[in-house]
Amino acid sequence: MHHLSLYLHFVKLRIRAQMEYRLSFLFELFAQSCIAVIDFFMIAILFARFKQLAGWTLWEVGLLYGMIGICFAFAEMFARGFDLFQDNVVRGEFDTMLIRPLDTFYQVFAHQFLLRRLGRLVQAIVVLLIASSQLAVSWTFAKVAYLLVALVGGTCFFIALAVIGATTCFWTVHSIELINIFTHGGLFMGSYPFSIYRQWFRHFFTFVIPLACVNYFPSLFLLGKSASVGVLIAPFVGCVFLGVAMLFWRWGVLRYQSTGH
Amino acid sequence: MIEVRNLSKSFKIYHHRKGFWGTFANLFSRKHRIVQAVDNVSFTVTRGEMVGYLGPNGAGKSTTIKMLTGILVPSSGSVTVNGYIPHRQRKENAKRIGVVFGQRSHLWFDLPVQESFELLRRIYRIPQEQYRRNVAMFDELLELGAFFQTPVRQLSLGQRMRADIGAALLHNPDVLFLDEPTIGLDVVAKSRIRQFIAQINTERQVTVVLTTHDLDDVEKLCNRVILIDDARLLFDGELATLRRMLSKERLLSVDYAEDYPDVRVPHAQITHREGTRVQYRFSPEKIRAAELIGTILQKFRIVDIAVQEPDIEELIKTVYEDNLILRKTSKII
Ligand SMILES: Nc1ncnc2c1ncn2[C@@H]1O[C@H](COP(=O)(O)OP(=O)(O)OP(=O)(O)O)[C@@H](O)[C@H]1O
Ligand SMILES: [Mg+2]
Repeated sequence: MHHLSLYLHFVKLRIRAQMEYRLSFLFELFAQSCIAVIDFFMIAILFARFKQLAGWTLWEVGLLYGMIGICFAFAEMFARGFDLFQDNVVRGEFDTMLIRPLDTFYQVFAHQFLLRRLGRLVQAIVVLLIASSQLAVSWTFAKVAYLLVALVGGTCFFIALAVIGATTCFWTVHSIELINIFTHGGLFMGSYPFSIYRQWFRHFFTFVIPLACVNYFPSLFLLGKSASVGVLIAPFVGCVFLGVAMLFWRWGVLRYQSTGH
Repeated sequence: MIEVRNLSKSFKIYHHRKGFWGTFANLFSRKHRIVQAVDNVSFTVTRGEMVGYLGPNGAGKSTTIKMLTGILVPSSGSVTVNGYIPHRQRKENAKRIGVVFGQRSHLWFDLPVQESFELLRRIYRIPQEQYRRNVAMFDELLELGAFFQTPVRQLSLGQRMRADIGAALLHNPDVLFLDEPTIGLDVVAKSRIRQFIAQINTERQVTVVLTTHDLDDVEKLCNRVILIDDARLLFDGELATLRRMLSKERLLSVDYAEDYPDVRVPHAQITHREGTRVQYRFSPEKIRAAELIGTILQKFRIVDIAVQEPDIEELIKTVYEDNLILRKTSKII
């Protein structure tokens, strides 16, 4: 309870700071939304020529796109502190978090809140809603629940990537950029059905970095293409991945060296 | 209260490669060299003590403080503070200690001081009553009122330091760690901070560990000093003991009535001469002060004369320079 109210207080302060430059905030929100819309139009243009991609229609891909977009936007909104963590380490600011009687993971989590990802989030939700209305999916209670869990799991997946990237900062700098390849690359690749990729590639992004569990497997279930055990547990894989990332974080914190001044 | 046993810390300095593949390789390679920052240091501090932790640049002071506050994990040896192991029971320890680093603020840069304090009240779950009392007291002693609504990034160094010290004491910690709390401050600001620390120490029985390069801080605040140099402990004891051990030499300042061309006297070296004012250095083992003064009075006419002990700055310089001599003469190490 204490942690929740404190978190909300941190978020309030963050939002207030971002609102101070209201014009630039609104402008960025607008720009973000435009980019996101253009993004989806690119896919639509592709489909205008081919109609289908590996047996997937435009609105099926819309479902893929909307899901991963929502997860990504939520993760960026909440876990921004991990994205920016490198600067904290280089400047030795992590010292301050270590002298506070709060969990370090919690503190980095509460350190930033990126409100302007709202534009992206809204765009992704709109795409998801339109796609699901165009598709012949019967939205039973089970499917809606499955979708919500999958969105939580997918958000956890992207948060986990950010946490892993932040943790590597404890012993090397500039590694965040490496992780960004997976984050942004994953966002891009995950916007298309996985079946178009080569097998080793699919395996890597299923078993090592479980990107396929964010939206591809869940879409298979929602669209009635598959209901295998793997597809049913897919929504939970992201949470497990985050759990692993948090253990990695714990281990990394003990290796923090601070700075020499 | 604080127990440090055979504490050591070495840093691994990694070799960073550049470029994309370099970054990739950095993740896995273990190429590094080792810097020994703290080497086998032991000491104990009891409740209510005020200890000066001194040493030249790079001696390992800040590194020690960081291990006591749970920021760094020791390479070997053990530490307990209030019975807690700082790096293992970091949160429990954090509730009972206050930390100030002169070089870096622990406050929120873009928040006014008051909001930073409010945030700390929430983080440490400080009862309203205690919070109000502390803020009132710190405001009175540190005069925070003038800049209480100013964002931290706009504060002057002296104001920021006062805010940081107040912030570190809001939750009534048992131990206060101060790493160079007077660095870069003017005389007035320094003395205000010293007074405040002394008062907190006596009124609340707060244990204070303080690092500084300003020996005035030590003379005004600490009975006990711990000297480290090059990662190792050199001396641990009372300031007076250190002074006695080293003050085999004394200084004699004389103001002559005339500008004598030759003012040399046996068994004393001239260390300084400026017109009629001359300073001698002598060792009481070779010649007693009374004898020396007698000799001078026989030869010359004087206006004024004074015997001085070397000040602690000079003492400590001697310790750093001939730390081998100290090792031989002192029983402590
Ligand atoms: N984070 C770090 N990474 C690598 N080396 C470090 C780090 N922190 C300290 N060192 C090294 O450890 C040694 C001790 O540093 P430390 O900061 O403890 O000295 P100090 O006594 O506080 O000095 P100063 O009086 O200059 O503040 C130095 O050689 C320093 O270069
Ligand atoms: Mg230091």
